[in-house]
Amino acid sequence: MAKEKKTLNLNFGPQHPAAHGVLRLILQLDGEVVEKADPHIGLLHRGTEKLIENKTYTQAVPYFDRLDYVAPMNQEHAFALAIEKILKIEVPARAQYIRVIFCEIGRILSHILNVTTQAMDVGALTPTLWGFEEREKLMGFYERVSGSRLHANYFRAGGVHKDLPSGLDNDIDEFCDKFPKIIDDLETLLTDNRIFKQRNVDIGIVSKQDALDYSFSGVMLRGSGIAWDLRRSQPYDCYNDLQFKIPVGKNGDCYDRYLCRIEEMRESVKIIKQCLKNLPKGPIKTDDGKISPPPKKEIKESMEALIHHFKLFTEGYRVEKDEIYTAVEAPKGEFGVYLISDGSSKPYKCKIRAPGFTHLQAMDYLIKGHMLADVPAVLGSMDIVFGEVDR
Amino acid sequence: MKNLGDLEKFINSELTSKINNSFIKHDNIYLNIDHDELIDVISFLKTNKETKFRQLIEITAVDYPESEYRFKMVYFLLSHEHNKRVIIDYSIKENDIISSITSLFPSANWMEREVFDMYGLNFKNHPDLRRILTDYGFEGYPLRKDFPLTGHNEVRYSEEDKKVIYEPVKLEQNYRNFDYESPWEGTKYIKEIKKS
Repeated sequence: MAKEKKTLNLNFGPQHPAAHGVLRLILQLDGEVVEKADPHIGLLHRGTEKLIENKTYTQAVPYFDRLDYVAPMNQEHAFALAIEKILKIEVPARAQYIRVIFCEIGRILSHILNVTTQAMDVGALTPTLWGFEEREKLMGFYERVSGSRLHANYFRAGGVHKDLPSGLDNDIDEFCDKFPKIIDDLETLLTDNRIFKQRNVDIGIVSKQDALDYSFSGVMLRGSGIAWDLRRSQPYDCYNDLQFKIPVGKNGDCYDRYLCRIEEMRESVKIIKQCLKNLPKGPIKTDDGKISPPPKKEIKESMEALIHHFKLFTEGYRVEKDEIYTAVEAPKGEFGVYLISDGSSKPYKCKIRAPGFTHLQAMDYLIKGHMLADVPAVLGSMDIVFGEVDR
Repeated sequence: MKNLGDLEKFINSELTSKINNSFIKHDNIYLNIDHDELIDVISFLKTNKETKFRQLIEITAVDYPESEYRFKMVYFLLSHEHNKRVIIDYSIKENDIISSITSLFPSANWMEREVFDMYGLNFKNHPDLRRILTDYGFEGYPLRKDFPLTGHNEVRYSEEDKKVIYEPVKLEQNYRNFDYESPWEGTKYIKEIKKS
């Protein structure tokens, strides 16, 4: 007698430690094999795009911190670049270098979080503890430069808000000397770890063609062997002057993506070191009084500066009518901003292209035929943060 | 094809009448097409070996409530081989039905769902057109310009009912929209006085 096939529906989340946030995943299981996965997202939807339409350009920046909240400045970068391109602002060299330093710090922040929590999802606790100690130091740098550990609100159209406080460059440099050792330590725990490999090798394989079809970007793309990095192919700010390699995977499985992230952290450290070494002196934001506020001293002496300051913080600066798409290589992939300005001081439309959104979409394709226990591994290797997926 | 201008000319010569307008701005090619030509244009751009726009980056819509064609649909494609981006747009009316491009790019699935959710635009041949970002049972289309910033409903846990309940939004203070327009350029009421 033929056995009747029974599928089991399993509700994974919205509160599940391995879901990396608020993901509700409806899984159809045949025994322990996943037949279909239907992610329900939007539980963290805050209407960021709608809010940005109602705020001035300056007021919109903090919303970008709250998207991918483990690498806040990378996203501010995309928004700042978009405005700069429309207004044709020259960004001073020092500001470019500072921005790149903090973008790479953001990349390390994000990759540490991802690598170690993925390890935790498959059963290793120690990497998380070791990694988070380093994240704490990096967030200390964030705090020293911007005043807050996470929601920095530091990048501005035309540069950055404030110059580095004295001694910070030395401290970052010191961190860069010590950090590769920590990566080595993490690797001794994971890279050749039998359990870690059993859980990740040949899991969630993405072929080159599928990586393109599913709009993957960042590590998800590079893990499958496509050498594509916006920092190299469409360089922005000072990335053109920097030497760095782009790690590329071979098999496109979870393990290769892990390896890519580890290597990317090493490259980021090199980038930061180069930036610190060549850090030019000079202004840290454009001196155009119509866009960036004047120094405090000038406000007290010059009427014009006072007017500029007042106008900037009430009306905000105006952006001429235009439409533009700019993208940066955020830690998770291509983060893009599609901005339509209408000549007023508020964006008419600001579409945010979050890499996690397209990655999570492929969940069904990636997990089909895998075991239930592979769901956290695949989810972890996609590097999902719900701040950006749900927006 | 290395040069952006050449590529634009090539696309124009191949697709001729399908393209209404094209120009280069901010290192991207912008194409304005007709609503009905969408599938043809995108499949050409994806498959032709001179263009090879093999990756769909994003789909979105823009709302222009005053315009006769209220919505503008925008598609972003990327070519890794040629390192170029193209932005395709066309205008549609509120009740027009858009052809889904999920058959060409599987990733269009969620992007189109998002447009459906946020702007209330309908797609034909879409495998699974459901709301995606908003709440279960949500009504209205949040990114339309006539949708209020505060929304219509708010949720809270009710101690009496012992469950989460939905209520109409009650705010102590409404969102304040100030008119900061420079006095040198004339505030609104002065402009109105001048006109009359």
